[in-house]
Amino acid sequence: MASGIKNKVAIIGMGCTKFGELWDKSAEDLIVEAFKEASEDAGIDHRDIEAAWYASCFEEVNVGRGAIPLGRALKLPNIAVTRVENFCTSGTEAIRGACYAVASGACDMALALGCEKLKDTGFGGLPELCTGEENKFYYPNLTAPGMFAQVASSYFAKYGLSRDEGKKILARISWKSHQNGALNPRAHLRRAPSLEAIVNAPVIADPLGLFDCCGVSDGAAAAIIVPASKAKDYRPDPVYIKSLQISLTPATGLGHQSWDGVHFESTRVPGIKAYKEAEITNPREEINLMEVHDCFSISELVTYESLGISPVGKARADIEDGFYDIDGKIPCQSDGGLKCFGHPIGASGIRMAYEIYKQLQGKAEPGERQLKNNPRLGLTQNHGGICGSLVCSVGVFGNEL
Amino acid sequence: MIGITSYGAYIPYYRLKRDIIFAAMGWFNSGNASVSRGEKAVTNHDEDTLTMAVSAAIDCLNGREGNGIGGLYLGSTTAPYLERLNSAICAAALSLKPDVRTADFNACLRAGTSALISACEAVNMNSVDNLLVCASDSRQGKPGSHFEYTFGDGAAALMVGRENVVAEFKGCYSLSHDFIDYRRLQEDRFVRGWEERWIKDEGYAKIIPQAVSGLLKKYQLKIDDFASVVISCPDSKSLSKIGKGIGINPEKLQDNLMSNVGDTGAALPLMMLVSALEKASAGDKIMVVSYGSGSDALFFEVTEEIDKLKSGLGIKGHLNLKEDLDNYSKYLVYRDILPMEIGIRGEEMPPLRLSIMNREGQTMAALQGCRCKACGTPQFPKQRTCINPECGVIDQMEEYSFHDKIGRIKSFTGDNLAYSISPPAIYGLIDFDEGGRLYLDITDCDLADLKVGSKMKMSFRRRYADKKRSVFAYFWKAVPIKNVNLEG
Repeated sequence: MASGIKNKVAIIGMGCTKFGELWDKSAEDLIVEAFKEASEDAGIDHRDIEAAWYASCFEEVNVGRGAIPLGRALKLPNIAVTRVENFCTSGTEAIRGACYAVASGACDMALALGCEKLKDTGFGGLPELCTGEENKFYYPNLTAPGMFAQVASSYFAKYGLSRDEGKKILARISWKSHQNGALNPRAHLRRAPSLEAIVNAPVIADPLGLFDCCGVSDGAAAAIIVPASKAKDYRPDPVYIKSLQISLTPATGLGHQSWDGVHFESTRVPGIKAYKEAEITNPREEINLMEVHDCFSISELVTYESLGISPVGKARADIEDGFYDIDGKIPCQSDGGLKCFGHPIGASGIRMAYEIYKQLQGKAEPGERQLKNNPRLGLTQNHGGICGSLVCSVGVFGNEL
Repeated sequence: MIGITSYGAYIPYYRLKRDIIFAAMGWFNSGNASVSRGEKAVTNHDEDTLTMAVSAAIDCLNGREGNGIGGLYLGSTTAPYLERLNSAICAAALSLKPDVRTADFNACLRAGTSALISACEAVNMNSVDNLLVCASDSRQGKPGSHFEYTFGDGAAALMVGRENVVAEFKGCYSLSHDFIDYRRLQEDRFVRGWEERWIKDEGYAKIIPQAVSGLLKKYQLKIDDFASVVISCPDSKSLSKIGKGIGINPEKLQDNLMSNVGDTGAALPLMMLVSALEKASAGDKIMVVSYGSGSDALFFEVTEEIDKLKSGLGIKGHLNLKEDLDNYSKYLVYRDILPMEIGIRGEEMPPLRLSIMNREGQTMAALQGCRCKACGTPQFPKQRTCINPECGVIDQMEEYSFHDKIGRIKSFTGDNLAYSISPPAIYGLIDFDEGGRLYLDITDCDLADLKVGSKMKMSFRRRYADKKRSVFAYFWKAVPIKNVNLEG
């Protein structure tokens, strides 16, 4: 019986750049900036790193192939440096690689760093998803908003919501995240639009409007991992990994009628496994904050349900009751989420962990952002790919052993 | 007995009212007011001569299997490839067997009737049991020209065989005359003409009657022996003059579709023949006369089988299945005449990998997937491992085609971010009634027409035009099934 990752490794330092349209910064600038903050936070030097995992998704966009961009930017001295790419979970994949290496005893200090420069493509939205040359013959010109829009239209149809009712519920999710992001100097989008402005925004992919969609940004984030037993040698308040799970749905949703189109099997399955690994029996009571993949407002809504926090089909009540608001039972996207940070793919998973790490240490910046509920356990979830064939990661982090 | 065993047609869903062209281009040549009445059928942005030919063939087959067909002849002046067999592309889309005869007839408005004569003769020679003849055209008039008003798009398909013949092929008479009226060189985009009066007087008015009298003489017939006469003359005044000249009762002269479809070139005589067959009774004699570098005159006699034939939408059905394209500049963009800013996302079209197109040929051409022999689940594209989570067996698949199956919308969107020449890009997951789910583009509709659960059929369309590499990629899209009034 596998014992899992719980309490085997800890994060002792993290860094996260400001996300945004960083026209004057290269990938190297972002990598160095994220690493500098993380290494100063941990009190270590780049020569202390024994192995590194580098996450980037669209390698051709100004970042480059393989792990060379990371090795070169930090001049990592002939250690193992590996690039990971798994759509939107790439950042969490880097954390997972680093954690497993440390947990296995292969090394005593590993770096996970994700970086993406999306703003050099010349157009809005993500570059074309490369799902393989062959698939381009078969699939429509799918975009991410187009795929998640269909989850929204299916959800509305299944639960008898009119387009207007549905859009109002989704707007409440985005509204909440923008309220949080407006306070965060690292966020890309810092204006907090009114509910009315969100509902009436131009349609990107029907029924999703502009504010239902996250932005496209540049950014980088980094984490330094050591064995849990040595974490307190570096700092008094390390954050321990409680679980790390990944799940990929093998295209069944795209080609088999069993998928209902309104839940994410790729989130439900690793959610259950993550709770088991972290020994959480009642997530709704035990989780204190979450950063979930709100690439689109509907993605966040369905994720509430697929993670087993809100009952299936009933997220609306929790959304309208403020359950996920900054002062609610489980604040979700306390930093503003993808909604305000945008989604530099390789960095996003690590950016989510950064917010959890800081909140669990009581060090969210500026101080007014620090949660008042004295959080102990935080969860991250991110996913990507094609709706019906998503890859999803769920991580649980805690500030106690 | 040799002859037509079934018939079908295709007229694209969109119609352009000719006064819309005149409002946009009449300033240039006010004389075109004379051709600015009525409407013409226009291809959607994802249609061309080949897709229309396949749609007409599907209408002609009307549910009958393609694998018993001995070959396919295509007549057209606008088939997309000058080199690469256009009829072979159609044959693949229709799942014809590999050991069939395919041939293109081109370069002349007579191409449709020439293909039909050749098919009848091939069957008569016993070299094949049957042949599918498609005629399809989408000719382009230069903006401002009167061709821009008169040319329309459409296709017809006729199955020629020996069994269950509905219209017996009795004979034909051809004239070859290098009359230089309409012409186009390889490098020409638009059809060129000469003074219309000269074409009417020296072309239509002389060549067509000569073909008619040649046929009558050859078979010892009188014009009154015919229940209907199909003359593919796109000028309606000339047509009625010719009718008078040859002494046919005007009621027996088949309408030339100019008021509601337009001059469909090589397809016109066969589309008019389909129209004639739709109202024909056993014993009727039908004459079909094409025009172009001379003329082909053909002679059919309708049999009692005509009452048993289960035909598709035909001309009658397609005439009632339509929507206005109420925008002249959209028409120009669809025809690739007006260069448009398509954005970087549009410019980043994937390069077509020809080896993949070959390897996955039937997957793309005929929407062929597979079905699991263990659990019966249809799946697309073909899989080695069964997609059913409850099954999952490996290598237990049989071939299975989706192109003739009916599906319903599971989810859909209108996407303004995705590149489409006609935004929003409409696509969605389609659940098929007999099992299987596909992600497909949805075409010939407005977003507002669609609902979760809307019933869809499959339509062969042009997916990519990779002009850098001179390759078109065809694929199937979902089209809403609309109710058609076959009476009106």
